[in-house]
Amino acid sequence: MPDSPMAPPRSFLWSRRVFLALLAAFVLTPVYVMVSSSLKPLADVTGRFRWLPSELTIRPYIDIWSTVPLADYFVNSLIVAGAATVCSVVVAVFAAYAVSRHEFRGKRVFTVTVLSTQMLPGILFLLPLFLMYVNIGNATGIALFGSRGGLILTYLTFSLPFSIWMLIGYFDSVPRDLDEAALVDGCGPLGALFRVVVPAAVPGIVAVAVYAFMTAWGEVLFASVMTNDTTRTLAVGLQGYSTLNDVYWNQIMAASLVVSVPVVAGFLLLQRYLVAGLTAGAVK
Amino acid sequence: MRSIRAAAVGAVTLSLALAATACGGGTSTGGSDDSPKTLTYWASNQGASVAVDKKVLQPELDKFEKQTGIKVKLEVVPWSDLLNRILTATTSGQGPDVLNIGNTWSASLQATGALLPWDQQNFAKIGGRDRFVEAALGSTGVQGKDPAAVPLYSMAYALYYNKKIFADAGISKPPATWDELIADGRKIKARGKSVLGAEGANLSENIHHVFVFAKQHGADFFAADGKPDFTSPKVVEAVKSYVDLMAKDKVIPPGDAEYAQNQSVSDFAKGKQAMLLWQSAAANLKSQGMSEDAYGIAPVPVRSGTPGQGSQVNSMVAGINIAVFKNTHNLDGARKFVKFMTSDAEQKILNTAYSTVPPVASAQQDPAFGAPDTAVLKNTLATSAAALPQVPSESQFETTVGTAVKELFADAAAGRAVTTDSVKAKLEKAQQQMPAA
Amino acid sequence: MTTTALKEPVRETSPGAARAPRRRPGRIRRLSLPYLLLLPALLLELLVHLVPMAIGIVMSFKELTQFYIRDWGTAPWSGLDNYRVSVDFDAPVGKALLQSFGVTVGFTLLSVALCWLIGTAAAVFMQDTFRGRGLLRALFLVPYALPVYTAVITWVFMFQHDNGLVNHVLHDQLHLTGEPSFWLIGDNSFYALLTVSVWKGWPFAFLIVTAGLQNIPRELYEAAALDGAGTWQQIRRITLPSLRPVNQVLVLVLFLWTFNDFNTPFVLFGRAAPEAADLISVHIYQASFVTWNFGTGSAMSVLLLLFLLVVTGGYLLLTSRGRRTSDA
Repeated sequence: MPDSPMAPPRSFLWSRRVFLALLAAFVLTPVYVMVSSSLKPLADVTGRFRWLPSELTIRPYIDIWSTVPLADYFVNSLIVAGAATVCSVVVAVFAAYAVSRHEFRGKRVFTVTVLSTQMLPGILFLLPLFLMYVNIGNATGIALFGSRGGLILTYLTFSLPFSIWMLIGYFDSVPRDLDEAALVDGCGPLGALFRVVVPAAVPGIVAVAVYAFMTAWGEVLFASVMTNDTTRTLAVGLQGYSTLNDVYWNQIMAASLVVSVPVVAGFLLLQRYLVAGLTAGAVK
Repeated sequence: MRSIRAAAVGAVTLSLALAATACGGGTSTGGSDDSPKTLTYWASNQGASVAVDKKVLQPELDKFEKQTGIKVKLEVVPWSDLLNRILTATTSGQGPDVLNIGNTWSASLQATGALLPWDQQNFAKIGGRDRFVEAALGSTGVQGKDPAAVPLYSMAYALYYNKKIFADAGISKPPATWDELIADGRKIKARGKSVLGAEGANLSENIHHVFVFAKQHGADFFAADGKPDFTSPKVVEAVKSYVDLMAKDKVIPPGDAEYAQNQSVSDFAKGKQAMLLWQSAAANLKSQGMSEDAYGIAPVPVRSGTPGQGSQVNSMVAGINIAVFKNTHNLDGARKFVKFMTSDAEQKILNTAYSTVPPVASAQQDPAFGAPDTAVLKNTLATSAAALPQVPSESQFETTVGTAVKELFADAAAGRAVTTDSVKAKLEKAQQQMPAA
Repeated sequence: MTTTALKEPVRETSPGAARAPRRRPGRIRRLSLPYLLLLPALLLELLVHLVPMAIGIVMSFKELTQFYIRDWGTAPWSGLDNYRVSVDFDAPVGKALLQSFGVTVGFTLLSVALCWLIGTAAAVFMQDTFRGRGLLRALFLVPYALPVYTAVITWVFMFQHDNGLVNHVLHDQLHLTGEPSFWLIGDNSFYALLTVSVWKGWPFAFLIVTAGLQNIPRELYEAAALDGAGTWQQIRRITLPSLRPVNQVLVLVLFLWTFNDFNTPFVLFGRAAPEAADLISVHIYQASFVTWNFGTGSAMSVLLLLFLLVVTGGYLLLTSRGRRTSDA
């Protein structure tokens, strides 16, 4: 403990060891089950649970692609979550910049309104939103219902409140002198935003992007109502493995793993930014 | 701030106006023939998997295209999604042209007014109403109204039993009454096998069984005027005697209380369990690797005597209907497609593939449907099956009563007593959740 | 929008705006700039949240059953009927709603408390560097990073009655229970749901508290150490009090997310959740989608919204007042 002036007492060290070990076991068990079951033959997962596979097989990883059109779902999820993330970040950056750097009438109303939408239960606006999309489609010909576009639009607003809130905090922590200097140098306000504030706020923006992506990647309720055969996302598509006569648990686990790896890997790679972003932004 | 509020008010009014004027999209009374060359078809999941269904149906659709020049876009919708998808399609007016529905939903969907009514004229286009078996037509909508759909596949429940387990336990013939089944159960359990499978957490399965139990107790879930009547002593007794198969008679293993994904079928296919009450399970069992010689098929038991009508009913009229969305853009093509699907030739091909019974009388005569297992189903349909209540609130009935039975199974599995009072309380709650109208 | 925007900000230019050099001729543009920047966010919020909410409120006053869903504009007004049915706690619909509400409140309180407790403890224990800390932190974030449905589906697999890991460990290996228990149906489902929710939720608390800890000035600890305070005392006297503002937001966010959670119970139990774990979101989903009664479903949603408004408002009022007095 080099940076601590006093070595912690033994009671602290022991509680720490025990607590963290138990917690790690709790966290790891499902992860272990997911990984090990995905490598088991079907007989292992339809009978009594066993810790170790009777034989290791990668069969489930091959079968998942043909049992349901997983690749299609994957592409859909990637497009939807990717686009929602990009749009959400851009919109949030603009809005947070406005709130952080400008004084204007309605600022408080805006922040409070946006933040309070965070507490809306999704179930409240599922049906109205669905009806609206349908009617907008009928009136204008823009297909929102059933399309990826509609889903992108929906998801990007899901992450928007939290993103704006976090970015306001982050932008506030970027010294004002920086963008004022840029303004003096002849940049417009937007120039100042993109050349100075955004680069200085990269950790915050990454954190927001990660959050937005995860939100869109994991959403079930709206995806189940607003997608069709061609636009179905992973969240709904994975249920395809259990509507069969037999529940192919090994394939479900394999597919879950395949679906999770991109987000988990991305998340873990970027978690440093996330903590930094949260430190400067949200929890300030 | 004022401006924001103004903008908000503006946007709200605008979208409300949009919603009010443009709503539904399909509110026009009839269909049109705007796009005569294409059709969208939602098929239900009849085979072992969605992929199997596509394999079965696609060649037929290609045939149809060759005959008529109409391209059919197929989507096979899993059962877990189907009702919701139909519901959203109804609400939005953006649905398929032709679709499969569970025949028990006919009256409920009929009430939405989204489906094309099969009146004299429409029936004439597909060869007339007389082509269909009367029992199957009984599950196509409220009595006295034009059917909302046309029968496509018929199914009935039967008792599937594992021949080897029966032989090992010294049982010579499948049980014909519940008492026999319970007695046989003791012998089977002595051999270390479980007796009877059930899908305790599957609402529809629960409904199908308690409906038959109610019939056997001389009771109905709906009074003659279409009002729910879930709490009459006979209904309560019927529901209790079904749940008692687990709670008191111990023939259904407690583990089945959480089954909802046909696990009981795989238990049976794997030889863990001696009996299964299922509709048209043959194709299903085959796909799970159970050979046809390994199991026998018999009528579902009754309380006493032999299956028949009234209290001798031993199955619901199960099946799939095919319907046309009223706002289709290819009305003529849709009717042609229904005609094609209900033609003798297609009926033979499809019903063979799914091990179901054709609801078309002439197709039913085909020797392909004379095999012993189909014979049992056919006979049950003809003599001892009854249609689920054809009332608009049927789908709610499935949900509310199905949930009540699921909860009773959960009680039984947890070792809690299932009493007349506890059954009645659950059914009371179910009844009061039903729509007032 | 621009008309009012033009006049107002001039009068009350903030220090920030005043310091910005006014060199551009386009003053009008400058003044409307914040609104332009906000416009996308505002429009999106309106389209996806606020307008649907308004429509939802309208729907709650209509008799929107299967007979009218095809053309809900023609559904008859039903006045307060939907609300009356929802809050008639003597009749089963109201009783079931109340029971679901009770379950949700109990579940949320327990889940938030556990998430907060575990998250804070882990963050505090991991404040100082030790070998393997980085790895452990990454590991701890995995449940949060996993997509909800994959995580929950794995738990479903583990909670199965016959073949699940939980019963295998509790019953077959540890012999703690005489009979294997049911986790996905019946009363135990509450604990199953709670377990999954905590497993999934605590890393968020951990993440936020970890971030919060980094804002505590090191000098505070050094000063305390000089005063002779041990590690435990430092945690009690410095760490926990310094986290108060972070906790204020964290607890609220956790509360709202848990209370409104739909994904977890839905994937865990399907459309008909067991009574003991009948969370309000799924309950309303079932009331509207499964029984095709969107009017009553909407009324229940509105009631839920009102409740959340009151709780959130009350919480913010209470905590900010508490904070002000403690700051003073």
